[in-house]
Amino acid sequence: MAGSTLHDGTTPLNAAPNQTSDDAHGYYTAGDPIADPVAPTGPIKDRWTNRKFENRLVNPANRRKLDIIIVGTGLAGGAAAATLGEAGYNVKSFCYQDSPRRAHSIAAQGGINAAKNYKEDGDSTFRLFYDTVKGGDYRSRESNVYRLAEVSANIIDQCVAQGVPFAREYGGLLDNRSFGGVQVSRTFYARGQTGQQLLIGAYQAMERQVAAGTVEQFTRHEMLELIVVDGKARGIIARDMVTGEIETHLADVVVLATGGYGNVFFLSTNAMGSNVTAAWRAHRKGAYMANPCYTQIHPTCIPVSGEHQSKLTLMSESLRNDGRIWVPKKKEDCTKDPRDIPEEDRDYYLERIYPSFGNLVPRDIASRAAKYMCDEGRGVGPMVGDFRRGVYLDFSDAIQRLGEDAVREKYDNLFDMYERITGENPYQVPMRIYPAVHYVMGGLWVDYHLQSNIPGLFVSGEANFSDHGANRLGASALMQGLADGYFVLPNTIRDYLADGPFEKVDESHEAVVEAKRAVQERIDKFLSINGTRSADSYHKELGNIMWEYCGMERTEDGLRKAIDMIRELKADFWTNLKVLGSADTLNQSLEKAGRVADFIELGELMCIDALNRRESCGGHFRAESQTDDGEALRHDEEFAYVAAWEWGGDSLEGGQPVLHKEDLIYTAIEMKQRSYK
Amino acid sequence: MNLTLKIWRQAGPSDKGGIHTYQVQGISEDMSFLEMLDVLNEQLNEKGEEPVAFDSDCREGICGTCSLMINGEAHGPEVTTTCQLHMRSFSDGDTITIEPWRAEPFSVIKDLIVDRSAFDRIIQSGGFISANTGSAPEANSVPAPRDKAMRAFNVATCIGCGACVAACPNGSASLFLGAKITHLGELPQGQPERYSRVVDMVGQHDHEGFGGCTNIGECASACPKEIPLDVISQLNKDLRTALKNGY
Repeated sequence: MAGSTLHDGTTPLNAAPNQTSDDAHGYYTAGDPIADPVAPTGPIKDRWTNRKFENRLVNPANRRKLDIIIVGTGLAGGAAAATLGEAGYNVKSFCYQDSPRRAHSIAAQGGINAAKNYKEDGDSTFRLFYDTVKGGDYRSRESNVYRLAEVSANIIDQCVAQGVPFAREYGGLLDNRSFGGVQVSRTFYARGQTGQQLLIGAYQAMERQVAAGTVEQFTRHEMLELIVVDGKARGIIARDMVTGEIETHLADVVVLATGGYGNVFFLSTNAMGSNVTAAWRAHRKGAYMANPCYTQIHPTCIPVSGEHQSKLTLMSESLRNDGRIWVPKKKEDCTKDPRDIPEEDRDYYLERIYPSFGNLVPRDIASRAAKYMCDEGRGVGPMVGDFRRGVYLDFSDAIQRLGEDAVREKYDNLFDMYERITGENPYQVPMRIYPAVHYVMGGLWVDYHLQSNIPGLFVSGEANFSDHGANRLGASALMQGLADGYFVLPNTIRDYLADGPFEKVDESHEAVVEAKRAVQERIDKFLSINGTRSADSYHKELGNIMWEYCGMERTEDGLRKAIDMIRELKADFWTNLKVLGSADTLNQSLEKAGRVADFIELGELMCIDALNRRESCGGHFRAESQTDDGEALRHDEEFAYVAAWEWGGDSLEGGQPVLHKEDLIYTAIEMKQRSYK
Repeated sequence: MNLTLKIWRQAGPSDKGGIHTYQVQGISEDMSFLEMLDVLNEQLNEKGEEPVAFDSDCREGICGTCSLMINGEAHGPEVTTTCQLHMRSFSDGDTITIEPWRAEPFSVIKDLIVDRSAFDRIIQSGGFISANTGSAPEANSVPAPRDKAMRAFNVATCIGCGACVAACPNGSASLFLGAKITHLGELPQGQPERYSRVVDMVGQHDHEGFGGCTNIGECASACPKEIPLDVISQLNKDLRTALKNGY
């Protein structure tokens, strides 16, 4: 089909894939291929404009008769709640935190991309689109990514109007900086706290709607089940985490903006409470989980210090603008004070291997390179197992060139945080960094409208899979969250709601009663196992398995082993878990048990997905698929597809996930092997 | 290191509550304060005693979820959040007293967890700029003087943790309030609602039961984000101007 012109005048630039390997044979069932039912057509630059016009309208008087549930209050959820509230719908917003302002978007540091071309350095919507598709290693949908690039400029306008205090130049205009994987400066930032400032903007817009009565907020509430009635998402079962009450909330539309599942690795840069439960419950109700193995391991995190560590802390990628990454050339120098190692004995390996991008190569490449240096025995810092797991990120050149004050103004909070955690002063001694799990590109499958395969269930932000392919570029998560929340969902949900209001569902409806009963049974089960191990200890063990076998480098044998280990862990969990306290009060052990149970099932699916994908792409690196010089090697002819997994029952009872493939066809960009050399 | 912990335990809002004493051993100085509490909780779980409930989420000092009065100081002895406080700030053999935030409008939910929803309601009363999605002009069409934008940013770093209230002998949230008034008031976009905002937010603050400011300054010294005391001067100035102009 490559080369022939489609009916809309566009030409596919690649053939549909045809998988010949079958590593995951025996672990899954092959399902029917799928396609995006609402995929736009025509020239790529017109697709979103046309779609906005084609999407049907809901008149203002009808909007207040329509109920929308939004789970999650990060950038994607908070922005959607504010915007849909402004439009006049009845919005119910849920978060597990004690305030919407605490969602984990707040921890994003470096910035947000937008194709404003304020620097006149050759940026454009098309270049942002191109960089994002290339950065994602050609595993994202081009229409979705183009739309993301297209609305990026509107996001900056919106945020400035809300009072987001972005960095500015002396003339009072907005400043930009550059970020990994690109050669233009298109990143808007608020020192190292951009996520915080954007989230507070969305939060304040949402609180304004709470005051206006269009948004009702439910804090300290956790979604534990999706209600599906006659094939449509019609509500959720949530637990009030203070009183323990199991509540039913019904609506015409449910939006999941529940973030990513990086905590499946136990140690990650996610918040302690970040979890997959809402998404996983939807998956078990029929929503497909797409590309779950695509995990982003961020290159610049503070290394692990000991076994009691509860989380890892990111040091913004923006530091790679001014910091230089190196390890000693000689193994015997690894224990020396880095300041005593002369210039000629330092290996600035990213600058050496990737001269055109240097320290600003994409995250997946920087992370793997750090791993290899440490595997070679040239890592620095304390021993973790058999190796030192750290590389230097050195600011001495930048401090000399710009002065300490200028460096302080750019990165002060990051340097402080580093010193707080490690007890070392990075103005004097190079930072030590190591990769850590940071973000997941995989998530619930959605169409161009961000609707899952369950009608009425929309998924936005990190919780969906669509925009970042197999690797996300820096400063693009904030862009996607806000694009989805402010500009995409409000346009696409109205098209769905144009058919509403739907027939009223009663709390006594069989599907509602059943959902509530299932939640109650699960909670009772957790409290009655009465074994010997805490949920936390299972979580740690799962995390170790995932990091070892489904982390930066994955192999066929390792993944098979991991699947077996996870299955054993799952069986033990359900017979030997210990949860104290009761269900009718605040009970953090009970909350944790539910989340860990879902992480275990997700971890198993991630390994199966990674096993099936016998290629390396972006953050997914299969040792069996690399070039002669050790770079990731894609197999487009086999794997240029989205792996959308359908729940097929618990593996302990013989169930197997069902694989549906959605071919990725490009008409605007030709697929190429990535090179940052 | 080995430590003695004296921790406030309270089963629920109506329980009287009291201090319980626990021992923890083998704590490393690289652990964060909350990781030390994780060790205690794992220990309690093994013994069959319900773990201590405390709030935390990002554990990198930015979400504002964690709290705790540590030896009578909000977020403990360093200028940081409890999650970023590390055990190297303590010594082997120390006794550490851990209590929830103490303030009338922050009622205890369980153990060390309090209800801070009053802060959301203060923001709802006016802590925003009314700019519906889609209505924004091109971002660079309104330049903002760099020094003002920097001040706005510096005070916008408030994480809404409530340490200022917990530290204040009056239980006042003036620092929290002043930070938001200053953030939005320093930007050109914040001018149209500047004076109605301050009147509405101060009204809600008082309605929630937070006390008045008597310029003690405990709030600013407890603030993990080092929000300066002069935001309260800004708050008072904006309020004076607003009232004089009939808002």
